Amino acid sequence: MVPFLWMVRSSLMRPQDIFSVPAIIVPWPVHLENYPDFWNSLPFGRFFANTAIVTFTATIGLTLSSALVAFGFARFRFRGRGFLFLLVLATMMLPKHVTLLPTFLLFRSIGWIDTLLPLIVPSLFGSAFSVFLLRQFFLTLPLELDEAARIDGASSFRIFWQIAVPLSKPAIATVALFAFIGHWNEFLDPLIYLSSMENFTVALGLRFFVSQYSGTFWELMMAASTAAMLPIVIVFFFTQRTFIRGVALTGIKG
Amino acid sequence: MPRLRLRWRDVEPYVFISPFMIGLVVFIIGPTFASLVLSFMRFEFVRPPEFIGFDNYAEMFAGDPKVWISLWNTVYYMTGHIPLGMAMAFFVALMLNQKVWGQALFRTMYYLPSVTASVATAIVWSWVFNSRFGLLNNFLSLFGIPGPQWLADTRFAMPALIIISLWGMGSTIVIFLAALQGIPESLYESSSIDGAGRIRRLWHITIPMMTPAIFFVLIIQIVGSFQVFTNAFIITAGGPGDATLFFVLHLYNKAFVALRLGYASALAWLLFVIVLVFTITQVVAARRWVYYEGEVT
Repeated sequence: MVPFLWMVRSSLMRPQDIFSVPAIIVPWPVHLENYPDFWNSLPFGRFFANTAIVTFTATIGLTLSSALVAFGFARFRFRGRGFLFLLVLATMMLPKHVTLLPTFLLFRSIGWIDTLLPLIVPSLFGSAFSVFLLRQFFLTLPLELDEAARIDGASSFRIFWQIAVPLSKPAIATVALFAFIGHWNEFLDPLIYLSSMENFTVALGLRFFVSQYSGTFWELMMAASTAAMLPIVIVFFFTQRTFIRGVALTGIKG
Repeated sequence: MPRLRLRWRDVEPYVFISPFMIGLVVFIIGPTFASLVLSFMRFEFVRPPEFIGFDNYAEMFAGDPKVWISLWNTVYYMTGHIPLGMAMAFFVALMLNQKVWGQALFRTMYYLPSVTASVATAIVWSWVFNSRFGLLNNFLSLFGIPGPQWLADTRFAMPALIIISLWGMGSTIVIFLAALQGIPESLYESSSIDGAGRIRRLWHITIPMMTPAIFFVLIIQIVGSFQVFTNAFIITAGGPGDATLFFVLHLYNKAFVALRLGYASALAWLLFVIVLVFTITQVVAARRWVYYEGEVT
């Protein structure tokens, strides 16, 4: 925790006080001006908006698709199920760097370079990890509920949407949160796909910021880092119970 | 009797799983094969692509010492990061599993760094390890210890990255904690009645019951170690020298700095094969030491 606290502390200080000896532990009076200073030095508002767009659309799409797919694997018997599920699991072993370059060329050929689309679209098809997690959870739901609903004439989709999803809130929240965090923090994809500053995400903007002021303006860098982490910290703070319960509930036994 | 008409209930399951299956073909299977094809080509944007057989692979094994440097760096990183991280996470999980006051708070505190791990934390760490202005060396100097140059010293840059990596052990802790809480209390009770002490219970109940979790984490960590990128890119950029040139960093440089996509694809395939070999070895070895209670799905 110490580096965290030090970061927040330093973000609230004047540059000449940061390195004073003996060290000042509690910054008082606080100097909030570092925040507007860093914010205005680059279009950070734009970076945050871009990141929010990517994170929200990708998270919603990923969670929804993964849940559908997981329900398909958990609740139906069909030809090829075992093999296809194995295929899903196998993709978790594939390093993303194997598909990175052809995917880059694919997006390049359809003119999506320097847009946010390459950061969003692949997630809309779900992720193997989420499918796995949700399938494990759906398997624990009693089949009697499905049967009762089916007798009442409910379609599979209705059973999915009105029974399975509401009963799986902790697992779905876990998946959504993982997706949210993953997309917010993602660095490699923005790095290779985005080139003009108005399209940067926070991670990329931050890196650009550092490369500009390397070795100086620590107080601004710490303010920028604090701001970049803040959404994650807030989300985590409010969801941690669901989140950790979700991890524990879904378990890790395959 | 062959049915010609498709019934909805036969098609329905495939409709449910179709999102992932479409994504699988477009973004995973397709690109994987494309990458294999690319790895046999010279593909450098500036001139038309050309089939060159095994030239990329020959260069990788014989003409590019950085491949070996980056692989060695990765192994070095793994030997520090995995045992230390697992041991610490195990210890913390054991501590947190005691019904201590503020368990939830501690769990949050330990987990937080692994969700914020990104460019922002990398920046904070590069400051902590800064030799002149860094927190760490200033702290050491309080005790009269002159701190090393850390990130600017070929001997200390990698240890610094390993120390930094330990900060992200929160997810391992959560997994271990979940596994610990899944161990039936009755096992401990009956062993207590049989007179087993704390150490014996740890060795004969806790650790065997934890092996699936340990195994899971081990695989994740090995696969993850081969894919370190952000920290190395931001904090050290592979330097000093090539002391922290990780494999994926090398791949990135070849693909997006040197713009040699064919060669970089060959590197990606080498990575894939290495990860696969490690994983298969682990899975085979796991039969000897991982204990699954009941049946395995």
